[in-house]
Amino acid sequence: MLRWLDGRLGIAGLARKSLKKVFPDHWSFLLGELALFSFIILLATGVFLTLFYRPDAQLVTYRGPYAPLQGQEVSAAYESVLRISFEVRSGLVMRQIHHWAALVFVGSIVVHMMRVFFTGAFRRPRDVNWVVGVVLLLLGIGAGFTGYSLPDDLLSGTGLRIAYSVLISVPLLGPHLAFLAFGGEFPTEGIISRLFVMHVMLIPALIIGLVSVHLAILWRQKHTQYKGAGRTEGNVVGKAFWPQQVMKSAALLALTAAVLAFMGGLLQINPIWDFGPFDATTVSAPSQPDWYVGWLEGALRLFPPLDLTLFGITIPSPFWPGVVMPGLAFTVMGAWPWIERRVTRDEAEHHLLDDPTDVPIRVGIGVAGLIFFGLLTLAGGNDVLAIMFNASVEQITNVLRIAIFVLPASGGWLAYRIAASLGNNKSNLLGRKRGVKLRRGPTGGF
Amino acid sequence: MSSAVSRRVSLVVCLGAVLAPLSVSVAAEPDGRELFIESCASCHGSEGQGTDAGPSIIDAGAAAADFQLRTGRMPLADDGAQAVRKPPAFSPDEIEALTAFVASLGEGPEIPTVDLDGADLSDGQELFVANCAACHGATGSGGAVGAGALAPSLSVADPVEIAEAMLTGPGQMPVFTAIESEDIQDIVAYVVHLREQRAFGGADLGGIGPVPEGFVGLGLGVACLVAISVLLGSKRKRDEA
Ligand code: HEC
Ligand code: HEC
Repeated sequence: MLRWLDGRLGIAGLARKSLKKVFPDHWSFLLGELALFSFIILLATGVFLTLFYRPDAQLVTYRGPYAPLQGQEVSAAYESVLRISFEVRSGLVMRQIHHWAALVFVGSIVVHMMRVFFTGAFRRPRDVNWVVGVVLLLLGIGAGFTGYSLPDDLLSGTGLRIAYSVLISVPLLGPHLAFLAFGGEFPTEGIISRLFVMHVMLIPALIIGLVSVHLAILWRQKHTQYKGAGRTEGNVVGKAFWPQQVMKSAALLALTAAVLAFMGGLLQINPIWDFGPFDATTVSAPSQPDWYVGWLEGALRLFPPLDLTLFGITIPSPFWPGVVMPGLAFTVMGAWPWIERRVTRDEAEHHLLDDPTDVPIRVGIGVAGLIFFGLLTLAGGNDVLAIMFNASVEQITNVLRIAIFVLPASGGWLAYRIAASLGNNKSNLLGRKRGVKLRRGPTGGF
Repeated sequence: MSSAVSRRVSLVVCLGAVLAPLSVSVAAEPDGRELFIESCASCHGSEGQGTDAGPSIIDAGAAAADFQLRTGRMPLADDGAQAVRKPPAFSPDEIEALTAFVASLGEGPEIPTVDLDGADLSDGQELFVANCAACHGATGSGGAVGAGALAPSLSVADPVEIAEAMLTGPGQMPVFTAIESEDIQDIVAYVVHLREQRAFGGADLGGIGPVPEGFVGLGLGVACLVAISVLLGSKRKRDEA
């Protein structure tokens, strides 16, 4: 059989080489695999849900087993999700695994990116793959948001309303963009089927495509590795793809599936029957998006209501926190390898990773960014915080408005100092001078 | 003395107290007016006409008084904070007497009777989402309503209190005057149902939506998986050594 295949495809050589490919041994290299594996779980459960979901805004009368909704006019989409939850065998657990997996998927992308950032793994020649990663993060968020909206319940309808108001806030183009995306003025009947196509086809196809590119580039460029005895810019020390790495990854896949199944089975998530069907005239509180969109929601909540008029064009306030801020943030994130290269004038290729403390300033900036997004995410739940801290929403909002400037700066500075002193100690131990590494030229290899 | 008789007697006593303010009550039954002067008049005025410290309650009615007293909201602490539920300051008899006294001051809603037998859960759900969820949350778990006020969780109030709240609009809550008695029964039925309904999907995480879900997703899900990665990663180091 194998020989037969080889006879047609001539892949034995390639396969043999691939099987022996070296993978470095360090747990932090598994974080990206976490993202990949939760994505696989998402695909599997998502296919199951697609079998029963109806992307249809048409009103039907609910006649299912959930008593408090019986006899109500609800959209066919909402009804189908109720059916998945209450009538389809193992439907609810599939829905819940799918939703938890989405939260974990984006979370592990972020954790993986933190590893890549703080160890400088994004440097030449991996800058391109860093950009692919940033786009994957965006796609992950997009997949989550479109999926969150599909059940057509009251909570997700509130999210769509906000998305609409952000789109329409773009100067000049806004109304056109909003109409293009929604097919009319919110709320529109067509939006559900549009979201469906994006959620089950467009975005997953793009993610699969880009993940393939991501992995192909990785394969071609080989892994980075941490510094250590026998590790140079020119080699990769570690275990072979087959059998060691495959076994390790298989175990990780199984455990990822186990953790997500555990969560989906035991922890209720997004009980849409409690929220009720979407109704354009009502909102419920507290109403939040999933965590990975929380930072956007938070930015909208923190930004003061300021409608500016410039040159006769009115710019509604959601434009700044909803379009400009995310645009800037993701541009800086994507362009980071080049920004850093400009500052350090380090054009060399790097295959050995930095210890985070080698470049304290990068630690400082990374931590500041994380605090910034963390605070925005908290602000997205300002009403929930208000209850938790027994304060008014206004107080919480004002505190966060100050914190969003103060904490990233001071936290970043603190992280910088800590990293610098840790790095100092270490280089003293190694008898090296500090600061040399910042401009280290190519050492060995290629 | 059976409780029905005692209630009637106390009613008579209270009526007496209203009609003849100077008459001294003979029975051991609590005197509504006396209690009112003692505990309430400092804020609401001796005839319930209101002062700087409290609104007029002339037309608050029995429903408002009963609600405020049974949920322990009144007498209000003197610190300007929102009235919150606490153990009632008065015995049931005293509450009855005070309620009767407040009711006698003017025209207000009476204590509603709640009978959940014929209630329509589905109507209740719709009305609840349309009228109450914006403040109390979809699951009645409570929410912030701005200006420092909190809409409390609906997990404690008994059916009569829920109906009274709708009729009288305590604190920042609006009065639902346009709502029909039938609708009130339906809403009460749904609120009661909400707290009895089990969480179909497992632990309910507080029923306040994506915020706790996010914390659990990251704090439990991602953290668990990172820990697993560390274990898997370091295991290999051990057998390397
Ligand atoms: C410290 C001042 C204070 C005291 C003492 C006080 N109240 Fe109040 N009361 C208020 C304030 C302020 C409000 C309005 C705010 C609210 O409802 O939370 C109020 C509201 C009420 C209402 C609701 C009015 C309406 O229109 O719904 C009733 C009924 C009432 N009080 C009865 C009483 C009774 C009976 C007592 C005595 C046991 C009492 N209060 C003691 C300050 C006070
Ligand atoms: C504008 C926001 C708002 C809306 C809408 C609203 N409430 Fe309230 N509700 C409140 C606030 C605020 C309180 C606390 C009152 C106080 O300060 O004494 C409250 C108190 C209550 C209480 C007393 C809870 C307790 O345990 O003491 C009940 C019961 C209640 N509401 C039921 C309802 C129902 C049923 C509806 C819908 C018909 C409703 N509320 C609509 C804001 C609201």
